[in-house]
Amino acid sequence: MPDSSLIEAAIYIVKGTGLTVALIVGAMLLGLVVGLPMAAVQVYGPRWGRFLVSVYVWFFRGIPILVLLFIFYFGLRIIVENLLASALGHRVTIPPFAATVTTLGLTSAAYQSQFFKGAILSLHPGQYQAALSLGFSRTAALTGVILPQALRVAIPAWANEYSILLKDSALAYVLGTLEIMARIKHMVATTHQHVPFYILAGAIYYALTFLGLRALGRLERRTRIPGLGQDADLEAKPND
Amino acid sequence: MTDPSVYGTPAPPGGDPPILEVSHVSKTLGGRLILDDVSLSLWKGQLKVLIGPSGGGKSTLLKCIHFLTIPDGGDVFLQGQSAREMGQRNICAFRQEIGMIFQDFNLFDHLTARENVAIALRKVKRVPRDKARARAMEELDKVGLADKADLYPAQLSGGQKQRVSIARAMAMEPKLMLLDEPTSALDPQLISEVLSVIADLARGGMTMLMVTHQIGFARHLTSEIIFMEDGRVVEQGPPGVLLDEGAASRTSFFCSHLTELTGR
Repeated sequence: MPDSSLIEAAIYIVKGTGLTVALIVGAMLLGLVVGLPMAAVQVYGPRWGRFLVSVYVWFFRGIPILVLLFIFYFGLRIIVENLLASALGHRVTIPPFAATVTTLGLTSAAYQSQFFKGAILSLHPGQYQAALSLGFSRTAALTGVILPQALRVAIPAWANEYSILLKDSALAYVLGTLEIMARIKHMVATTHQHVPFYILAGAIYYALTFLGLRALGRLERRTRIPGLGQDADLEAKPND
Repeated sequence: MTDPSVYGTPAPPGGDPPILEVSHVSKTLGGRLILDDVSLSLWKGQLKVLIGPSGGGKSTLLKCIHFLTIPDGGDVFLQGQSAREMGQRNICAFRQEIGMIFQDFNLFDHLTARENVAIALRKVKRVPRDKARARAMEELDKVGLADKADLYPAQLSGGQKQRVSIARAMAMEPKLMLLDEPTSALDPQLISEVLSVIADLARGGMTMLMVTHQIGFARHLTSEIIFMEDGRVVEQGPPGVLLDEGAASRTSFFCSHLTELTGR
């Protein structure tokens, strides 16, 4: 129970902000790690692989994130806990934080796979062929030639995903993850100051969005390929 | 191109097996027969030129030789080694022995000229970084682009890009080079710089199979022209025989129209 003094309240909210940041960083990385291979499968994989990925994508795209959070927390988490318990021989509790990161991350993977797929397809097919022609294995062509370019193309979409994920993360409070929204609600309940605290929550989300987008914008500029601007791009392909 | 004797390629030495043997290759794409029982052989140091109307299967043939496109029927032998028997894993080693030059260069856009040449040395041949860089500089120097090593493809002209792509292929020390219309995406004033690099390769004894419409260049450089149409090799023979005025060949008919169109 936080003290009502201003400093303690501020610390309480800042901790929640840190948790929110950890939540979306974790979810975006999980989404990247799961989404990128799915994108590769969708572009280069066998028919059955493409089918499995599309089932995955439709599942996560078709169900609201709130419902997914409940399904994962009350369903999957229990199953995993029981499996772990029988494997390790003692009871393991999966914290709400882990359940939230998993849900948000796997959902994000569905969306990330789609824009990574688009990014890969936006590259000239000759890039992949040229790599194979030099003796690259398919995996080496993907990791050495295709992904470094596709990831650059995907940064703006990634920035978009970040801002969406950040706002989706506000739902995590329903599972008891002590992120911004959960703590704001707690403050509201103890102080009965609804409007100021919700405005504060909005301001924090706004600041996180702003800072995150700025960082990703900087990343985009820093990884830009020299000469490959919009104008240079037109110049480079006069014969296509 | 003033001294034809420089570009003469040796005739197949008797008894030696060919470096490349394409044996009865056929390929159907989208329900259309693109390659129909194509066979040809290349001996060490030879340069053969593949010409014919577009859609005739020339590019598909090069891709099939490289097994970038798997032929439906037939096989490709590199120094007697069957590509079909290599399997998915070893096909990379097979491809490594064959350099490919593309019409639209296909340099890796995110890498500098030097890194474009070095990357396959590092990732495929596992050459250490420093050695790969030094080797890349050597190859760039051979195509006259050592001073452009740190530029990215988007900062190079078409002719420079194609020369980098030749350096990239040569760095792998291929036994054979396949060139798919290496100059047809270039502005006229850039063509000669690429052709002279290719002439250098021919002089150096590189075995090459080249698709081109640069007939004037080809006839000085090649020992044999292969004319393809509708997926079949229609004619093949020395340029003197196929291209001479009055030769009633399909090739000379096609080439005379090329000359009319391009004025070359």
